[in-house]
Amino acid sequence: MSEVKVTGLAEAIAEHVEDGMTVALEGFGHLIPFAAAHEIIRQGRRDLTLCRMTPDLVADQMIAAGCVRKLVASFFASGSAGSLHELRRRIERADPEPLEVEEYSHYGMYGRYQAAAAGLPFFPLKSYAGSDLPALNPQIRKVADPYGGPDVHVVPALAPDVTVVHAQRADRFGNVQVWGIVGAIQEVAYAARKVIVTVEEVVDDEVVRSDPNRTLVPAHAVDAVVHCPGGAHPSYVQGHYDRDNAFYREWTAISKDPQLLRSWLQEWVHELPDREAYLERLGEERWQRNAVGERLSGQVDYGRRSA
Amino acid sequence: MTSTTTETSTGTGAGETLVGPAGITVSSTEFLATVAARELAGKRRVFAGVGLPTLAVDLAMRTVEPDIQLVYESGVCGAHPEGMAEGIADSVLVSGAEAVVNLQALFGYVLQGGHVDVGFLGAAQVDRWGSLNTSVIGDWQRPTVRLPGSGGAADIMPNARECITVLRRHDPGAFPAELDFCTSPSPVRARDLDPRAVPPGHGVSTVITPLAVLRRPDRFGELELAQVHPGVTVDQVRAATGWDLAVADEVSVTPWPREEDVRLLREEIDTVRLYLR
Repeated sequence: MSEVKVTGLAEAIAEHVEDGMTVALEGFGHLIPFAAAHEIIRQGRRDLTLCRMTPDLVADQMIAAGCVRKLVASFFASGSAGSLHELRRRIERADPEPLEVEEYSHYGMYGRYQAAAAGLPFFPLKSYAGSDLPALNPQIRKVADPYGGPDVHVVPALAPDVTVVHAQRADRFGNVQVWGIVGAIQEVAYAARKVIVTVEEVVDDEVVRSDPNRTLVPAHAVDAVVHCPGGAHPSYVQGHYDRDNAFYREWTAISKDPQLLRSWLQEWVHELPDREAYLERLGEERWQRNAVGERLSGQVDYGRRSA
Repeated sequence: MTSTTTETSTGTGAGETLVGPAGITVSSTEFLATVAARELAGKRRVFAGVGLPTLAVDLAMRTVEPDIQLVYESGVCGAHPEGMAEGIADSVLVSGAEAVVNLQALFGYVLQGGHVDVGFLGAAQVDRWGSLNTSVIGDWQRPTVRLPGSGGAADIMPNARECITVLRRHDPGAFPAELDFCTSPSPVRARDLDPRAVPPGHGVSTVITPLAVLRRPDRFGELELAQVHPGVTVDQVRAATGWDLAVADEVSVTPWPREEDVRLLREEIDTVRLYLR
């Protein structure tokens, strides 16, 4: 019998995330684990090495809250919100403290997770020939092709101590099902020592087993399953709720002003006990603005041996 | 010169209004999007970014090239969005798409495997070889401005068949003799480092600016001035460029956006004025 891994968010973060750890929060513009990030902020974790391909608002918030010593990433802005001003203050003026940065391209960052997931030391790719990125980041190196081709750039495996991701649903054992943009979720889960998954729904075993191809991360790679509806807001969950683009645009003004940013963190993170309270403060009207209509997939027939 | 423009020659970009023939008023963004859309005639698989490229691919699909297949770095291939995307990972790109693949399939197979015809890349700086800076202005360790960095750009540049770059300004700061940082290199730079490891792509083939269109017909050649926008002179473009910009044998004048292009952009594509403004 598989182990039941359903737990609370505060418990999961307290159990697995420690000061000084390397923590990956993935979700490529979709399924960004905001609720878990806020819990990390609330629990006052410090000196984290935060790994995220696209840092997004969630990194700006964690950095502003003092959780992050180093950021490992491949994009340093938010697609529609533009600049992440806390991040820029840290890098451009060391204000209020410097932030260590380790920088890749998207494929490089993703390849690092793939290598770690597969237990390999590095990942080769065709990017970086002629780029200044290897001079900026000596972790991007070249190796000889043992089969006689030209030297090839490689990036080192990245194995987080803890990975946190958000998904549409999982069963109680931690079989995680995702649809829409899957990003690096599977790779970063297998790359990590411990994996926490927050989900919109914890579903019956039979729901998962009716569609096994939809399982992106099997239970054997998951350590904690947390039921956390709305846990990706202001990012989105395909088929559940849309991105709160208005909030993303508001973030520019908030993050530009350190005072405003501090009071935002106070009001929306520190003063609230959990995501339920966050959604309550957000209010039904605001929530409904990002409601989505139905667009069901067709069904496939997996068949059943009849004899 | 068949038309007048307002301050096009200053090289400042967004928000400016241009007055074309028959009194059509066009914003700088609308002008650039229209020019970019025309560049997509005959192209098939386009790796589209957010902002101006979103407008350009949509307009191209409604005018010069209905068969464009939209690829996004989030893994969406063959997007058929029912609304305008606010970002490369917008849910509207997923619903109704032909495929959503994982990132190994996207960056590894689709892109590095050679299936992308055109990559759309933005940049803060472009050099004479079409190398791009999207990382920092100033010192690397303590930059004056921290820019977004590579994202997928350093992966797209070597692997897409060709890249088109749109800049909202044209001055020596944006077109310097030396980049502050080379994020996404031209094949020229790659060749100089290791002639055996030259990536398959052409690099930047076309740069669209508020003044002109620059082209790089030779994979290992320099950008040259191929087209000036109405009311702009060759000398103005050269003066706004930080190196001795080559000029093509024949320099044409960019046609004005048609009334229909402007109508499509305003009334069907960006109805909420997210990118047009």
